[in-house]
Amino acid sequence: MSHWTLICKLDDIPPLGSRIVRPEKGGDIAIFRTADDEVFALHDKCPHKGGPLSQGLVHGKRVACPLHGWNIELDSGQVVAPDVGHCERFSVKVEQGDVWLAC
Amino acid sequence: MSTIPVPPAVKPRLVLIGNGMAGVRTVEELLKIAPDRYDITIFGAEPHPNYNRILLSPVLAGEMTVSDIILNEYDWYRQHGITLHTGKQVVKIDRVARKVVADDGSEVPYDRLLIATGSTPFMLPIPGNDLPGVIGYRDIKDTDEMIAAATQHKHAVVIGGGLLGLEAANGLKLRGMDVTVVHIGPWLLERQLDETAGRMLQQSLEAKGLKFLLQKQTEALIQGERGRVAAVRFKDGMQIPADLVVMAAGIRPNYALAEQSGIYCNRGIVVNDTMQTYDPKIYAVGECVSHRGIAYGLVAPLFEQAKVAANHLAGYGIGRYTGSVTSTKLKVTGIDLFSAGDFMGGEGTDDIVLNDPAGGVYKRLVLRQDKLVGAVLYGDTSEGPWYFQLIKDERDIHDIRDQLIFGQSLVGDAGHQGESRAASMPDEAEVCGCNGVCKGTIVKAIKEQGLFSLDEVKKHTKAASSCGSCSGLVEQILASTIGGAYTPAASDKKPICTCSEHSHQAVRAAIRERRLTTKEAVFAELGWSTANGCEKCRPAINYYLISTWPHEAKDDPQSRLINERSHANIQKDGTYSVVPRMWGGLTTPNELRAIADVAEKYQVPTVKVTGGQRIDLLGIKKEDLPGVWADLNAAGMVSGHAYGKSIRTVKTCVGAEHCRFGTQLAMDMGVKLEKMLFDMYAPHKVKLAVSGCPRNCAEAGIKDVGVIGVDSGYELYVGGNGGIKTEVAQFLCKVKSDEEVMEYAGAFLQLYREEGWYLERTCHWLERVGLDYVKGQVVDDDEKRKALHGRLLDSLKNARDPWQTSREGEAKKQFIPIAVDA
Ligand code: SRM
Ligand SMILES: Cc1cc2nc3c(=O)[nH]c(=O)nc-3n(C[C@H](O)[C@H](O)[C@H](O)COP(=O)(O)OP(=O)(O)OC[C@H]3O[C@@H](n4cnc5c(N)ncnc54)[C@H](O)[C@@H]3O)c2cc1C
Ligand code: SF4
Ligand code: FES
Repeated sequence: MSHWTLICKLDDIPPLGSRIVRPEKGGDIAIFRTADDEVFALHDKCPHKGGPLSQGLVHGKRVACPLHGWNIELDSGQVVAPDVGHCERFSVKVEQGDVWLAC
Repeated sequence: MSTIPVPPAVKPRLVLIGNGMAGVRTVEELLKIAPDRYDITIFGAEPHPNYNRILLSPVLAGEMTVSDIILNEYDWYRQHGITLHTGKQVVKIDRVARKVVADDGSEVPYDRLLIATGSTPFMLPIPGNDLPGVIGYRDIKDTDEMIAAATQHKHAVVIGGGLLGLEAANGLKLRGMDVTVVHIGPWLLERQLDETAGRMLQQSLEAKGLKFLLQKQTEALIQGERGRVAAVRFKDGMQIPADLVVMAAGIRPNYALAEQSGIYCNRGIVVNDTMQTYDPKIYAVGECVSHRGIAYGLVAPLFEQAKVAANHLAGYGIGRYTGSVTSTKLKVTGIDLFSAGDFMGGEGTDDIVLNDPAGGVYKRLVLRQDKLVGAVLYGDTSEGPWYFQLIKDERDIHDIRDQLIFGQSLVGDAGHQGESRAASMPDEAEVCGCNGVCKGTIVKAIKEQGLFSLDEVKKHTKAASSCGSCSGLVEQILASTIGGAYTPAASDKKPICTCSEHSHQAVRAAIRERRLTTKEAVFAELGWSTANGCEKCRPAINYYLISTWPHEAKDDPQSRLINERSHANIQKDGTYSVVPRMWGGLTTPNELRAIADVAEKYQVPTVKVTGGQRIDLLGIKKEDLPGVWADLNAAGMVSGHAYGKSIRTVKTCVGAEHCRFGTQLAMDMGVKLEKMLFDMYAPHKVKLAVSGCPRNCAEAGIKDVGVIGVDSGYELYVGGNGGIKTEVAQFLCKVKSDEEVMEYAGAFLQLYREEGWYLERTCHWLERVGLDYVKGQVVDDDEKRKALHGRLLDSLKNARDPWQTSREGEAKKQFIPIAVDA
């Protein structure tokens, strides 16, 4: 069962930017902040060739992978056509400026 | 239950008359930008969904089938909630009641009406033109009728030796008929070709078995015993057998319906630059339209009209249609004929002609002053797309005029456009090396999915979507597959990305002229369709902002791609490489020691000497970057910007400092240049080299700025490139002193920084604007040069080492992963 873990302050993530969360077990998780202060979390591994999505460029509700530019929907983890694939996503919430991650 | 009924939100109704190429394209463009705005109804007289009319020729020739050329299946209409009436002709537009009436009596009201009724073949007004077996060549029905005739009858006569007539004749011949083309002119395509070339074309078609009767005027079509046409009689009394007569003597725009409803027409429905008719609720696009007195008969301009009409229907009101330059290609397999622009020429134009009847090649270029305005190519059309681009760009060609006719490769400014050999490439040939896409795949996608633009090919095949070096080649494949239906946008009109319609040029201009200093202002002012751009436009806009307003605009790290954001090069495994600057390729024992220490301390797996005369530390973890930089900074080293669209290296040779042939102090000159340019961002990366003598050991001939020492001073070369496609730098000028080298090189680079488009290397920018323009600014005009150089120094006056500034404060956060024990 996953539980909510306090990660950081919202302001620790730049708008249209991201941070890496490194759990003790399992791979890195990328958390993203959009221009409207929505926060999303994805496995930090591009379904194409494993690029670190946390290092990508965030636009709208998407991130463009830093390695070969695939675009991934932040809310669903779905790869944007014409590419195909899926990236594992995690639940996050923001409460009073604190970011919580279900992991 | 007592609820008050709420009327459903009603959308305004858009009705389209004409389910053809221009009309449906407009609806597609509209759905892209305003998907929910209208309740849409389409009337089409033909009993088919929208199909690619231009491919009727390959269908007739047996190279494709009707199902191959459908552009929008019935499903597409359903998915978009469009009510489609096929096989129904609209017979009345009631502008007072705002409704249309179809031939089956059905009526549909509209709030906005779009007329795209196309045109009909012109049937010569001669006796017998209504006999069975006499048809035009316009739609699936005509094509089916021709195919059927070919199975039952022998003699076909095509009246009209234009592109359409020749394609019809070729198809009928391939279907086994005995075909005669009757043409009133003295030779075929007399408007495009001169006599020699016209005869060459005729010979090749005769070799395929077609017969020609030139300068013949048809007098009547004679009815046979079974009621069907049986012969064609000419004014001179001659008569030939004909079981099928295809009229290809021109088209007439379909505007009667509009005219009857009182909309102003003049050989077409008259529209303004927003594609609006005299009735503001009614728009019109396509062949039925007369825009600034011109009715276009090719797909590419109609698609441009569609885009503009859609934008206005969507209520954005941006964009005007100002007319098109067109090109056409004869779609007869095995025969290459291409024409573009104003190929007729006339008063005030010159022709350059290359004529090789034995080799089967004819080329005619039409020039007005220093611009190419038209081109006709026969036999070898591989350079067609290049000429067409030069025409559309209105590029000043006087510097390449003497070699123009021989094509782009000989002119030697091929840039990254790709060799012009698309047509002759085999299907298996790889076109896009990055994504492994071969020509066959691209051609198939173009045909089956009905693609018309480079962007669509990128989307569907991934070709040209990575490094982009093959985009020229892909454009040529487009051109050779769909002929005149493909028009490259003029370079300065191509949108930056799919977030807006605006070109690099337009965005640069807006930022300068409207004093925009933030990306938000750019998005708002220019009506971006996305909230905060995408990975293509954001880095470009960020660069334009900081290069135009170096002290007002603030750099936005989140608009930079990862390398520039983390001041290191990301590797395929997510680690980074670090390249400290070695000014002019020089180093010291102290620096080398520091590098060795860093390599050991951070267990750097690979240490490599780069092609840029310095050392690369590869495989460093992101969280170690600040530490690595701190150690290197402590030894006096700074960022080498090996990751940036920025100054990279100034390579030098040992020069007069040591070399027995050296004429100038190359190392010293190189270090001075590199210090002047430290931390300079540009549209793309910038590399320089300084050699001490013309032996040129620093390879200055393939650098953005190459400096070669000679006895009396320095020679400056610009626009070289050693990357994807080698480009030799061009001679700019000769100068005497070190100070002049700095001033001229600095001014050249500042001009590039101010006017280049993002991701355009100096060689591409030079190809676009021409060396003469650059000389005019940098060499001939002392004042401009000094001002440019001054602006460069001013924008770099606060330059700081990014390795120093980004390992402190907020900027440091990106390097620290958040640990959680879950
Ligand atoms: C490290 C180095 C190779 C080496 O081991 O020698 C290198 C490495 C890369 N080059 Fe290069 N280039 C290196 C010298 C060159 C040279 C030679 C030179 O500079 O004299 C060239 C040809 C000269 C030129 O640019 O005109 C060169 C032409 C390219 C190109 C093609 C550019 C073009 O306009 O055609 C690219 C692609 C691009 O920039 O879009 C490229 C891109 C790259 C990238 C940045 C690809 C990327 O985006 O990841 C490579 C980073 C590798 C990595 O993981 O760190 N690299 N690259 C060289 C670094 C030089 C330095 O000290 O800064
Ligand atoms: C064989 C052939 C080859 C061609 N090759 C090329 C080429 O290589 N390159 C190129 O650029 N162009 C080519 N063209 C020209 C190109 O097909 C046309 O320019 C283009 O189709 C015009 O688009 P449009 O929408 O204006 O008209 P259309 O595509 O003709 O569409 C108009 C539609 O409206 C329907 N319609 C008309 N009146 C009514 C009414 N009252 N009610 C309901 N529906 C109505 C018509 O039935 C038709 O389906 C070719 C044309 C043909 C016939
Ligand atoms: S040539 Fe340059 S871009 Fe290509 S693999 Fe080598 S370093 Fe990478
Ligand atoms: S690894 Fe993400 S696009 Fe290739």
